[in-house]
Amino acid sequence: MTVTVWVPGDAAALALGAEAVARAIRREAGASVVLRRNGTRGLVWLEPLVEVETPAGRIAYGPVAPADVPGLIAAGFLRGGEHALHLGHIEQHPWFARQQRLTSARLGRIEPADVAQYRAAGGFRGLERALAMGRADIVAAVTESGLRGRGGAAFPTGIKWKTVLEQPSATKHIACNADEGDSGTFADRMLMEGDPLALIEGMTIAALAVGAAQGWIYLRVEYPHAARVLAQALDAARGAGWLGRNIRGSAHSFDIAVRLGAGAYICGEETSMLESLEGRRGEVRVRPPLPAVKGLYGQPTVVNNVVTLASVPGILTDGPAAYREFGRGESRGTVLLQLAGNVRRGGLVERGFGLSIRELVEDFGGGSASGRPVRAVQIGGPLGAYVPASQFDLTLDYETLAGAGAMLGHGGVVVFDDTVDMAAMARYAMEFCAIESCGKCTPCRIGSTRGAELIDRIRESRNAAADLALLDELCDTMISGSLCGLGGMAPFPVRSALRHFPEDFRPRAGRH
Amino acid sequence: MSTAPAPAETAAVRAAIARHSNEPGPLLEILHAVQGELGYVPPGAVAIIATALNLSRAEVHGAISFYHHFRHEPAGRQVLRICRAEACQAAGGGVLQTRARETLGVDFGRTTADGRVTLEAVYCLGLCACAPAVMLDGEVHGRVTPARLDELLGGSS
Ligand SMILES: Cc1cc2nc3c(=O)[nH]c(=O)nc-3n(C[C@H](O)[C@H](O)[C@H](O)COP(=O)(O)O)c2cc1C
Ligand code: SF4
Ligand code: FES
Repeated sequence: MTVTVWVPGDAAALALGAEAVARAIRREAGASVVLRRNGTRGLVWLEPLVEVETPAGRIAYGPVAPADVPGLIAAGFLRGGEHALHLGHIEQHPWFARQQRLTSARLGRIEPADVAQYRAAGGFRGLERALAMGRADIVAAVTESGLRGRGGAAFPTGIKWKTVLEQPSATKHIACNADEGDSGTFADRMLMEGDPLALIEGMTIAALAVGAAQGWIYLRVEYPHAARVLAQALDAARGAGWLGRNIRGSAHSFDIAVRLGAGAYICGEETSMLESLEGRRGEVRVRPPLPAVKGLYGQPTVVNNVVTLASVPGILTDGPAAYREFGRGESRGTVLLQLAGNVRRGGLVERGFGLSIRELVEDFGGGSASGRPVRAVQIGGPLGAYVPASQFDLTLDYETLAGAGAMLGHGGVVVFDDTVDMAAMARYAMEFCAIESCGKCTPCRIGSTRGAELIDRIRESRNAAADLALLDELCDTMISGSLCGLGGMAPFPVRSALRHFPEDFRPRAGRH
Repeated sequence: MSTAPAPAETAAVRAAIARHSNEPGPLLEILHAVQGELGYVPPGAVAIIATALNLSRAEVHGAISFYHHFRHEPAGRQVLRICRAEACQAAGGGVLQTRARETLGVDFGRTTADGRVTLEAVYCLGLCACAPAVMLDGEVHGRVTPARLDELLGGSS
C-alpha cells in the first residue's frame, strides 16, 4: 500500500529546505510513498510543513528538517503517528482555524496545475456560471460583492469593469498586475504558486465580462517559481478546454500570455506596467485617459491585481451577497494579510476586514521573532506609514487606516522590534524612491536624494531645526508635485517616522 | 563602447530576435532571452536590436538602462542576490548585507576579482515571512544568518 505525502513546492517552503525534506522522505520511505507537491498553506513559520494522507484525513508535521525524517518514519508518521512535530489537521490548528479563507481556500490543498484536483476542490464553478450569464450581469455581480482592488489603490473592481465593458473597441485586454513589489507582501506569489488556476479562472471571467480576447500576466522577474507554475497551469487549462479557442465549447475565446518584468518597482504602477508590457521603459503615463479607456496599445484594458482576480471565481460561485457578508463599512469581503519581518509566526492570514493590528501581530504573530518588544509595523509596503505600538488597536481596513494617516495597500504588515532605527528607515524610504523613480518628475527623482541627504544632516545635527523644516517642505513638494504614488507617497513613511519616533532623529551623539 | 560584439554575442542576440520579434512589444522579451543565454546584455546588442525592431538606438538603450535586472557585463560564476527591503532589514538583513560585502570584498552590482561571485541587491523576493532572504543562482534561502551565508558561499574566499 502506498501513502501520499504532501511537501510544498512554494518558494518560501523551498527557502526553508522543503526540497531536501522531499529528498529525505523519498530516500527513507522509498516506494511506499507517493510524493505530491502542493503550494503552501500559508503558515510560513511552520514550513516545511509536510502532510500525510491517512484514513483520518491529512495529518500535518512541521517544521520538518531533513534530519527529522528518519525519526518521523520510526514514529509512524506515514500512519499519522505521534511525534514532537505532529500538528494534527492543519485546518484545525488555531492559526488556521481563526482565519476565514475564501480566496486562499484551496491554497496548499492541491497540486497547483492539476485541473481535475482544482475542479474537485470547487474550481471552475464561477467560470461555468459566467459562461451562462450576460456580460452586464457578471459586472453587476462583481459590483454588488463590494470587491475593491487589492493591489493598493482599492478602486471598486465592478466599476472598473463596467467602464471597460462600455468601450466600443473591438479589441480589449485583461492585464493582471503580478508585479508584487511591496516589501512584506507575498499573497500574489503564494496564489500563483499554489492555486494558479484560480487566477486563470478569474481573468477568464473578467474577459467574458468586458469582451476581451487577450490576457496578460505581468510577472516580476524575482518570482521564477511562480513563472514555472503559471506556465504549467496555463498549459493544463488550455488542454482541458478552459482557456483558448471556444472555451468549453462556447463561442468565447480567450488566452493568456505571461510577460516578465525586469526589476523595476515602478512597473507595479499600472500605467508604467502597460508601458513595460509594450516593451518600453516603464515611464508612468499621464492620466486621463484611464487604462480602462486607453490602456495596452491604446485599447481598453482591465488592470487588476492577482488577489483581486483570484477572488472573482468564488464571488460568482457563492454569489456576491455571501462575499459582502464579510468585512465592514466600505471594506467588504476578506483581506489577505501578510505578516512579515521580525515576527515569530509569519505567513498569510485571510479574514473578513476587521482584525486589529494587535490581533494580527500578537495573536497570530506571537510578537517579535527576536523576543524583544515590538516597536512599530509598516503597513502597505515601502510607501506605507509606520504605525507605533501605541496604535495597534487600529483596525486593518481601508477607512480606519486612512483616518490614521496610514494605508492598507496590498496588505503587507512588517514587524520591527525595539532595535529599529526609525531615522534609518525614513532614510531608506527616500533612498528607495531615488533608486526606483521612473525619472519623469523632478520632486521624485531629485527630491528623494535630497531627502536622504537631509536626514543624514539632521542626524549629524549641523542645523537640525532648519533641516527638519526643509525636510517637511520637501515632503510637501513631493506630495504635490509627483505624477504618481512613488514620489507622492514616499513622504508617508518618512513623516510617520518623524511624528511617532522623533527621538530617533536627534543627533547621534545626544542619543542614549 | 563601440567595440563590435563577439560572434557568440551576435548569435545570441539574433536568435533572441528571431524567436520574439513577431510578438507584440517584443523588446523586453528579447532582452530577457539575450540575458538568459549570455548572462548579460552586451553593448553591441543595442544596434542589432534597434535595426531589427525599427527602433532608435536611444530607445533600446533607454529600455536596457531603465531596468535593474539587465546586466551590462558578464556575471560571475555565481550570482548572489540579497534582499535589501524592509521586512528583511527588520529581521537582520543589514548584518547580512555587511557580511556579504566584507566576505566578497565587493559592493552591490560588482563581481569579485576572481570572477567567482556577482553580488546584487534585490528589493523583495516575496520571502518576507522567512526573512532575511537571499537568492543564490536562482535558489532561494530564508532566515539566512551570516554563518549560513558563509556556508552557502562555500566557506572560501
Ligand atoms: C508606485 C506604485 C506601485 C504599485 N505596485 C503595484 C503592484 O506591485 N501590484 C499591484 O497589483 N498594484 C500595484 N500598484 C497599484 C496599481 O497602480 C493599480 O492600482 C492596481 O494594479 C489595480 O489593480 P486592483 O484594482 O485590482 O488593485 C502600484 C501603484 C503605485 C503608485
Ligand atoms: S512620481 Fe516618480 S515614479 Fe511617479 S511618475 Fe513621477 S518620477 Fe515617475
Ligand atoms: S522584504 Fe526581503 S523578501 Fe520581502
